[in-house]
Amino acid sequence: MNKSLVYSLTLCILLVIAPHAGHLPLWVSALCGMLLTWRAYLTFSGNPLPARWVLLLVTLAGIMAIAVGFHTLFGREVGVTLLVLLATLKLLELRGTRDAMGLIYLSCFIIITNFFYSQSISTALMMFATLFVIVSAWLRIQTPRITFKPQLRIAAILLLQAVPLMLILFVLFPRVQGPLWGLPQDAYNSTGLSDTMSPGSLSKLSLSEAVAFRATFKSISPRRDQMYWRGPVLWQYDGRTWTTGTAKYDLAPSFDATAQTIEYSVTLEPHNKKWLYALDVPHQLPIGAHLSSDFQLLAKQDVNARLRYEMSSDLLYHANVDESAAQRQRALQLPPRLNPRTLELAASWRAGQSNNGELVKTALRFFNQQNFVYTLEPPLLGSNGVDDFLFQSKQGFCEHYASAFVYLMRAAHIPARVVTGYLGGEYNAIGNYTIVRQSDAHAWAEVWLANQGWVRIDPTAAIAPERVQMNMASSLKNKAALPFMARNPPQWLSKLRLNLDALSNQWNQWVLGYNPERQFALLTRLGMEDVSWQKMARDLMLGLAILIGVFALFMFRHLFARQTDPVQVAWLKLCSRLAKAGLPRAAHEGALDYATRVAAARPKLAANMMDIAERYMSLRYGETRDEASLRAYRDALRAFKL
Amino acid sequence: MTNPLHKVLQQTEQVIVGKPLQIRFALACLLARGHLLIEDMPGVGKTTLAHVLARTLGMQFQRIQFTSDLLPADILGVSVYQRDTADFKFHPGPIFAQMILADEVNRATPKAQSALLEAMEEQQVTIEGVTRPLPVPFFVIATQNPIHQIGTFPLPESQLDRFLMRIQLGYPDAQAERGLLSGVDRRDLVARLTPQMDSAELLALQQQARQVFVSPALLDYVQAILKHTRESARFAHGLSPRAGLALLAAARAWALLDGRGAVIPEDVQAVLPGVASHRLQQTQGSSNANSDTLARELIAAVAIP
Repeated sequence: MNKSLVYSLTLCILLVIAPHAGHLPLWVSALCGMLLTWRAYLTFSGNPLPARWVLLLVTLAGIMAIAVGFHTLFGREVGVTLLVLLATLKLLELRGTRDAMGLIYLSCFIIITNFFYSQSISTALMMFATLFVIVSAWLRIQTPRITFKPQLRIAAILLLQAVPLMLILFVLFPRVQGPLWGLPQDAYNSTGLSDTMSPGSLSKLSLSEAVAFRATFKSISPRRDQMYWRGPVLWQYDGRTWTTGTAKYDLAPSFDATAQTIEYSVTLEPHNKKWLYALDVPHQLPIGAHLSSDFQLLAKQDVNARLRYEMSSDLLYHANVDESAAQRQRALQLPPRLNPRTLELAASWRAGQSNNGELVKTALRFFNQQNFVYTLEPPLLGSNGVDDFLFQSKQGFCEHYASAFVYLMRAAHIPARVVTGYLGGEYNAIGNYTIVRQSDAHAWAEVWLANQGWVRIDPTAAIAPERVQMNMASSLKNKAALPFMARNPPQWLSKLRLNLDALSNQWNQWVLGYNPERQFALLTRLGMEDVSWQKMARDLMLGLAILIGVFALFMFRHLFARQTDPVQVAWLKLCSRLAKAGLPRAAHEGALDYATRVAAARPKLAANMMDIAERYMSLRYGETRDEASLRAYRDALRAFKL
Repeated sequence: MTNPLHKVLQQTEQVIVGKPLQIRFALACLLARGHLLIEDMPGVGKTTLAHVLARTLGMQFQRIQFTSDLLPADILGVSVYQRDTADFKFHPGPIFAQMILADEVNRATPKAQSALLEAMEEQQVTIEGVTRPLPVPFFVIATQNPIHQIGTFPLPESQLDRFLMRIQLGYPDAQAERGLLSGVDRRDLVARLTPQMDSAELLALQQQARQVFVSPALLDYVQAILKHTRESARFAHGLSPRAGLALLAAARAWALLDGRGAVIPEDVQAVLPGVASHRLQQTQGSSNANSDTLARELIAAVAIP
């Protein structure tokens, strides 16, 4: 087998399996690397390929090792591992064109498995580049002596021709609900809020630069200090950890919205949890979601694929003004026999102030005036955590403040709860949307006041108002603990990041998030009425037929190009007449040869046929063409009877 | 039609029996001012063909037997010192004849071969700084023995390209061979032949062959053939533009032989095996085919536009 072909195929397999190297077992990656090197060496040195039994042995050993390592031979990971190993081994068994073709098909299949692990633009581009190399290698099989430049050119042309085909299939192929690849539950190692909160959990999360979700506001954007994206609401405190607890009974949430409805859409990255994020308080719910009694927006299932939903929220509201006594009681729960100094402080406030609203203000003043510090690295707290925090360390992140504040409120007999979620976000002017990252994670408090319902109180705002007004980096004195990009990086870098994020947002919205609803909307906008899968299938077939027809016309254009010559047109007409009579002319057959053959087959036609052929030849290939001979030719043709 | 060419053909066929196509090829080659390479076994009548053609066309004939010790001077000629005039006098070599039979060219060294091939290409030879034109018409028939290749120097592909056509004679069929065996000695027959034309007439015919009309439609066809050889995976490399010119020149001569004033696709198809077979090579690994079938495949693969 041709050396350059073997090198191309080796390069193919290398590119195909390289992206998998990260998530395959280390020994498989190492083995594949060794096999590839060995193959390249064998080609280079011209040594013979290893014997069949050696390959068989390596294959069996490899499969056994994979089976032992994974405890199974079924499933996604095992499948990909097996494919990668076997494809690499196949390289050592290249004996004929058939093996090479097999490798090409296998490569095409394996690159698709990349989508199991990542569906980003860079993955798609990488796959496209790999496909280019595969097609080039395939061309080398078809025409072994092709030189490098035409090989690349033809491969590029082939791929470019496939692009419109791909677009038609992408737009029109009937979509099914859910992610294209039917990703299993563990698809993403997601980070995100959990339904518990203990000291340090949010500050740890806020070091992550991962995108939590992106939001696009329809007409007006809310002010930054209104952008509280509500996540899990925490009721139950055990002295260290806040949990959601269980509701006594669910009273339907009720609001009376006063003003300011904001419309927006959210594209939520998968986080393997049920809740969706929305601004307080939801006005209209997305399809399939419902609102819990504490105004959490919940989906039916865990969100394990990127989810896009349309929302509207009322920013000014009274929520659950007539909250049930049981819920109010729940919001007063405190762990017994803990934090005596805090209880004492709350009792002293209570004794001096009977108005709940004023008491809340007292508490905020307390935070504001007692030299509290907002930091990512608070000291560790003892078993009386709230006492230690309020009276000794006085250093904490938002979860400390929210927790201590709610504790104080409950000690003072005001129903209160912790709300976790995200605050603010980064506005991306390029794509006109807001990016909310894990580093925007936040915790705040809600207290229930008579006639006002649940009111949001953010104790962090009393200590570090910059956190609310701007972003975390501006509010922290010691920024060293923050990841690089969160430390207000140089402008060009953040601009670049916003650009890339805008691009990947478009990709998410239109490529990965192209679901039945989007398809319906797009096709309707393109003018299809009553979108149905039958119509899509019909248009799909039609589109493909037209496209292939256009390509075919282009490829066979030389067949139609020269038929403007009237002599030739008339001649071809005669030929097709004769073809119908069972005497077809071969495409390469000259007029004289053909006429002789026809004359032999049909002696009756001989004289006429030879005459016409002579006239045709002198008209088409002769030096002069005068009207008289052209007329004579036509007459002869007209007179020709089968 | 009183075509002198027909008489030539007729007379030749009387001596070289059963090979009308090869005779036509040789004549077309001569009319197109090309040179002919005959590749065949010894004893199939290569020399006789050359003899008969020379005799019938009234050309001076020289035969050069190529051997491994042949020197360029043996072909081109040499200057010898004349004592009486105290001067060098040039003694022209056998190349200074109208028709040369270069027998078994592949036996000679490349140096001697190139002396012949250069003379063929330039229609003149330069010896000791003096350029001497070769006689006109000038026609070389070279023969190559395909068997017993040990100790030979087969012509490289670039040199093969200098020959307008390459043909094979092959064994005669049974009937022709019977005539050959029972008939008169060929040498006597050749001696009895009468010239049918002189050099001036032959030159005029060569000129006429050049003026045979080629229509745009026919050029399309020739270009389609060239394009196919360059694009198809069947051929190792396509035909060169020189091969295209050779194809046209040969087709013109063929049309003249048929008494036509314009070239038609059939002419191109007829000469293609002779013109293209030594210029085409199939790609390695594809199924085996001799060069003749390759040319026929090429004809069948290209539609006449």
